[in-house]
Amino acid sequence: MTDHPIEPIERGSSLGPVAPAGPVAPPSTTEQEQALGLVYEHGLEVAVRSQWAYVRRRFVRHRLAMGSLVVLILVLLAGAFASVVAPYGYAGLNVTQLLQGPSWSHPFGTDLLGRDDFSRVLYGIRTTEKVAFLVGVLSVVIGTTVGALAGYYGKWVDNVLMRFVDLVLTLPGLAVLLTISSFIRSPDPVIIALILAALFWTVLARIVRGQFLSLREKEYVEAAKAAGAGDVRIMFRHMLPNTLGPIIVNGTLTVAAAILTEAYLSFLGFGIQPPTPALGRLINDGNDAGQAAWWLTVFPGLTIVLIVLCINFVGDGLRDALDPTQRKVRA
Amino acid sequence: MSGKRNNPGNVFAYIIRRLLYSIPVLLAASFLIFTMVSALGDPLYILKMNPLSSKETIEHIAKVHHLHDSIPVRYVYWLRDVFTQGFGSSLFVDRPIWKDLVRVIPHTLQLVLSAEIVALMIGVGIGIYSSIRQYSFFDYAATTFSFLGFAMPVFWLALVLQIGFTNLFLSTHVRIFYTSGLSSVPTPHGIHFLYDRAQHLAIPVMTLAVLSIAQYSRYMRASMLDVINSDYVRTARAKGLSEPRVTLRHAFRNALIPIVTLSALSFGALIGGAIVTESIFQLDGMGFYFIQRLGYQDTYPIMAWLMITATMIVLFNLIADLLYGYLDPRVRYD
Repeated sequence: MTDHPIEPIERGSSLGPVAPAGPVAPPSTTEQEQALGLVYEHGLEVAVRSQWAYVRRRFVRHRLAMGSLVVLILVLLAGAFASVVAPYGYAGLNVTQLLQGPSWSHPFGTDLLGRDDFSRVLYGIRTTEKVAFLVGVLSVVIGTTVGALAGYYGKWVDNVLMRFVDLVLTLPGLAVLLTISSFIRSPDPVIIALILAALFWTVLARIVRGQFLSLREKEYVEAAKAAGAGDVRIMFRHMLPNTLGPIIVNGTLTVAAAILTEAYLSFLGFGIQPPTPALGRLINDGNDAGQAAWWLTVFPGLTIVLIVLCINFVGDGLRDALDPTQRKVRA
Repeated sequence: MSGKRNNPGNVFAYIIRRLLYSIPVLLAASFLIFTMVSALGDPLYILKMNPLSSKETIEHIAKVHHLHDSIPVRYVYWLRDVFTQGFGSSLFVDRPIWKDLVRVIPHTLQLVLSAEIVALMIGVGIGIYSSIRQYSFFDYAATTFSFLGFAMPVFWLALVLQIGFTNLFLSTHVRIFYTSGLSSVPTPHGIHFLYDRAQHLAIPVMTLAVLSIAQYSRYMRASMLDVINSDYVRTARAKGLSEPRVTLRHAFRNALIPIVTLSALSFGALIGGAIVTESIFQLDGMGFYFIQRLGYQDTYPIMAWLMITATMIVLFNLIADLLYGYLDPRVRYD
C-alpha cells in the first residue's frame, strides 16, 4: 500500500543519535557520522519519522481498517470497471430468464425483465461512486473554506454562518432533500450530488470552525503573523495542516452518509431515475417484483451495507491513526 | 449532586424566553421553506402536462392561490392562511390541510415515540452491560451490531423484515405481526384495539429503533466508561457499597445525561426514518402523507408538513435543554 516499506522499529536507547529527518531514515551510517562518534552500536538507531509516516504506520497496523480498505478498493474497482467486469449489460433483457433465483450464471438472480441483478448491482455501484465522490469533494471544499473563514475572522462572518447552520438544523434534512429532488425534472447523478452537498457541507463547516477558533490563539499563528504572513497564508499553510485529521475523518463519514442518503432518495423514487442504475432504485424494483423474489431486495441492500461498513471502519482506523491522544493501536 | 435546584421562577422565565426566541427562528424557517418550495418549479407543471385538464381549471387554481404574484407577496398570503385557516387547502383538491394533519400526526407520534422508548431501553441496557464487561464477548458483539446498524439503510431493513414476516406467515399461517396497515378491518374495540395496534406497529417500531439502538448503546458505553473511572465512583466503592448500587445509582444516573439530550435531539432523524418506514408498511402517518403529496407536487401540504416538523424539532430542542438542566443541576437558567 505504501511507497516506503515500513521496517520494524528497533527499541534502543531513546538518547541515541538522531538520524536525518525523512519519511524513513536509512539505517546505514556514513563515515562522517562514525568519525564524529555519533554511532554507538549498530541496530539501535531510532528512526525518525515524519508525522504522516506515523499516521500511515498506525493505520497499516489497524487490521480491521486495512482489511476494510482492501475490500472497499476491490468493490469500488469492480464498480468503476463495471462495463468490463459485469457478465451482462445493465439493460440486457432475457425473456427466457424471468425472475430466476440466485444461481451460478446469475449470482444475484434476475429481475422481472430477465436482467441479471449482479450486473445491475455493479453498474449501481458505479453510480454510487460518482455521487459519493462528488459529495465528498464538494462538502469538504465548501465546508473547510467556510468553516476556516468563520473560525479565523469570527465576528459577523461567524455569526452569519452559525445562524444559517442553526436554521438548517431546525429543518428535517431528509424531507427537505426529498422536496428539492422531487421538483427537479431529470435528476442525474451530478445534480443529486449537488443537492446532497448543499446540505452536508454544514457539518464540516462547524467542525473546521471549532478547530480554527482554538488554533487562532496558538503561538505559531502569532509567530506567523509577526513574520508578516498574510491571512490567507496563515489559514491555509499554517492552520489547515493542523486541522487535516478531523477533516479527513469527517470527510469519510460524510461519504458514507451520502451513499445512504442517495440510496434513500432513489428508493423513494425521487433520486436517480431509470435507466441509470442506482442501488436504491434496484431495491425499489425488487420491492415491486414481490415478496417471493427476495433476492432482488436483499443483494443490492447487502452491497450498500458492505460499502458503508467498510467506509466506517476505514474512518475509524483513520481517527485512531490521526489522533494519537485517543490511540487504541500502539505506534 | 446536592447542589441547589433551579428556582421554578427562573425555569419558567427561561421557557418563556426560549419560546419567544423560537418565534423569529420559525418565521425565518417558514420563509426559507416557502421560498425554496416556490422557487423550485411550477407547482402546476403536472396539471399542465395532463391533456385532460382544461385551461380554465388551471387558471382558476392559479387565481385562487395567487400563483401569478411574486414569491414575497404569495408568502404573505400563505402566512395569513397558516394562521387563519390552518395552513389553507391543498392545491388540487379543495380539502383543508389541517384535517389531514390532525389525522396523521397521532399515528406518527405513536410510531416514533414507541421506537424511541424501545431504543432507549435496549440501547441503554446494552451500553451499561458493555461498559461493565468491557472487551468481553458481549461487548464485541454489541460493537459489531452497532456498526451494522449504522451501515444499514432503514428502508432496506424494513423491506427485509417485511419479506421475512410475510413469508413466515404464508408458510405457517400463524399471525404474529402484521406487515402492512395500522389496524385490522373491521377495527376491534377496547383492549383488543390496543393489542391489534401493537401487532401492526411492532415491525415498523423495530425497524425504526435499530439505528437509535446502535447510536444509544455506543454513547451509553462511552459515557459509562467516562463516569466509572471518576473519583466519586471510586469513593462509592470505597464506602463498601454493593456493585449494582454503585453502577445503577451512582454511575448510571450521571452517564444518562448525554443520552437524554441526544434522544431529544434525534427527533429530526427519526422523522426521516418514519417517512420511509410508513411508506413501506402503508401506515397512515405523516411520512406516508408527505410522500403521497410529494408525488403530486402539491406545494401547500408539503410546506405545511415541513413547518409542523420544524416546529416539533424546535420544541424537542427546548425539551432537551430543560431535561439537561433537570438532570444536571449545575446548569443554571439565568
